[in-house]
Amino acid sequence: MKRLFTLTAVAVVFGCGCAQAQYTDGTIKIGVMNDMSGTYSDLSGQGSVVAARMAVEDFGAAAKGMKVEIVGADHQNKPDVGSNVVRTWIDVDKVDVIVDVPTSSVALAVNEIVRDKNKVFLVSGAAASDLTGPKCTPNTIHWTYDTWALANGTGKAIVKTGGDTWFFLTADYAFGHALERDTEAVVLKNGGKVLGKVRHPLNTADFSSFLLQAQASKAKIIGLANAGGDTTNAIKQGAEFGIVRGGQNFAGLLVFLTDVHGLGLQTAQGLIFTESFYWDSNDKTRAFAKRFAERNRGIHPTMIHAGVYAAVTHYLKAVEALKADDGTKVITRMKEMPTDDPLFGKGTIRPDGRKVHAMYLFEVKKPTESKAPWDYYKLRATIPAEQAFRPLDQGDCTLVKK
Amino acid sequence: MFFGVPAQALFGQLLIGLINGSFYAMLSLGLSVIFGLLNIINFNHGALYMMGAFVAYFLLQWAGLGYWCALLIAPIVIGLVGVVLERTMLKRLYHLDHLYGLLLTFGLALVIQGAFRHAFGSSGLPYTIPGELAGGRNLGFMFLPNYRAWVIVCSLVVCFGTWYVIERTKLGSYLRAATENPTLVRAFGVNVPRMITLTYGFGVALAALAGVLAAPIYQVNPLMGADLIIVVFAVVVIGGLGSIMGSIVTGFALGIVEGLTKVFYPEASNTVIFVIMAVVLLVRPAGLFGRER
Repeated sequence: MKRLFTLTAVAVVFGCGCAQAQYTDGTIKIGVMNDMSGTYSDLSGQGSVVAARMAVEDFGAAAKGMKVEIVGADHQNKPDVGSNVVRTWIDVDKVDVIVDVPTSSVALAVNEIVRDKNKVFLVSGAAASDLTGPKCTPNTIHWTYDTWALANGTGKAIVKTGGDTWFFLTADYAFGHALERDTEAVVLKNGGKVLGKVRHPLNTADFSSFLLQAQASKAKIIGLANAGGDTTNAIKQGAEFGIVRGGQNFAGLLVFLTDVHGLGLQTAQGLIFTESFYWDSNDKTRAFAKRFAERNRGIHPTMIHAGVYAAVTHYLKAVEALKADDGTKVITRMKEMPTDDPLFGKGTIRPDGRKVHAMYLFEVKKPTESKAPWDYYKLRATIPAEQAFRPLDQGDCTLVKK
Repeated sequence: MFFGVPAQALFGQLLIGLINGSFYAMLSLGLSVIFGLLNIINFNHGALYMMGAFVAYFLLQWAGLGYWCALLIAPIVIGLVGVVLERTMLKRLYHLDHLYGLLLTFGLALVIQGAFRHAFGSSGLPYTIPGELAGGRNLGFMFLPNYRAWVIVCSLVVCFGTWYVIERTKLGSYLRAATENPTLVRAFGVNVPRMITLTYGFGVALAALAGVLAAPIYQVNPLMGADLIIVVFAVVVIGGLGSIMGSIVTGFALGIVEGLTKVFYPEASNTVIFVIMAVVLLVRPAGLFGRER
């Protein structure tokens, strides 16, 4: 009798496991969380929701019989707000995958929750390289870029062309610190020197005080370890204070297409920075940008939007192949499958969760070189995939076998 | 050397502080005038400041009118917007508690800001410094952009002009009398409601003027007012609600304090004003220049 009971129990368990070998609640729910109202809302924001939606449509989820839903939320760049949203999403709304999450402090908080709950975290917006380093988890994939890649691309290029003394203006939170740390390492390694640094609060309107300190340091390069409105304000006010005329130059360590749009080419021209995607690279990216802009108030896709599209596409492929949506299993499958999408081309995902693709060093065009609206970048150099990201064994990720 | 900072660098920082202080002064002045005469805590001041900058941008994009025209037209346009707001909404709240005015204007601020962000995004729009004021001069201890010097001069003229009109002229005495005892002033044949409407229009026009002055320095950005308004409120509270001279002096002084914080401990630069506010409220609840009622 007892044996029969055990057998039945086993049968029930396996029965569920096989017949229902699909999705926990019949639906795949994608939660896109980012800054929808603040300084990062153009470079991620609603555009990321649009990108996720396009990914689901292009994948043809409905035709394949997969029920996919997308929800969006604003984390206001606050780790506590973001954590609450994600907990509610997972516990109450049965969200399976969290996507985007710029603002590294929020992303690091979400990273822990998603691991505890065994869901999937696809990072496009956040930059801190710690996400695939000491903080790596079997539930997270870091898609678009990270601070190490930015530092490696921009920092190296600038030091090699003579910009060997640096002064950092750093946003005072996890992302700024990580970007400053990674860039400083690149500068020192290539024989440069760091003369000083100043940490400013996120969302600083006036940079004049910091710019004076940077000017007084006599450093050749003022490294902007910040993003969004902070970067554009610093550059704009730097022009006013004659930074460039005084012989110093800015290194925008993280600049997005929308930042250049906001600055205008007159102010932004000549700026050099590293990105993983530019809409005007080839026919596929141009076609995507056209469709995207129509649905996103004319704003062209940033690399974050592109990353959301590509990451969601790859996620759906893995779920389709696996016919299940268990967190670590899907991630493992995503790491096994080579990636292939119209925006980043072919690539791979490493055991530490790092998506690997080429990075590009861009320069902002002069106003006379720009032929059309949003025609802003020219390509200076391509950093091949194998050199673009931190070597696997240097990240202190516990998932990597030494 | 002061605490490891060279004296020359310190002069530069003091001057920068003064420039930022001039924005605080102009905005808190408008708030003070409105609170002093209307008893309304005007929380949509930041939104109107932002709209001022946007009017400048629209004028340039759509009508080809440059900075100098904007300096004149934007305050008038926003002043009219203010008059409409006062006539249609605020007017109904004078006999109620302060809280109602605060809630209404705060709600309006959120609506205006949200609408602009939806239409124009959060990255801001470019607005360049007018040709006449481009460039700068080397003062020996720092490089002073001409435009920033212009901002200080402009702000000082406007602030002290307003103070003079309200405290030293006949019109000002009417205004002050009307706040003390509107019934009596009306008995003398003065049209008090109209005066109050115009005062509100003037107060928000000051915000728009500050917005135009700010446009070339910061981005023309839907969020530019939201970040500033909280600080400006702290300035008004420290100076004493309703005190005109108080808000001017405190505006400049706090700009300097903030500037110095950016040198000695930059991480605290966005909190220092609130620390001062807390201390002032503990020691002098009516503010530095306010009268106990």
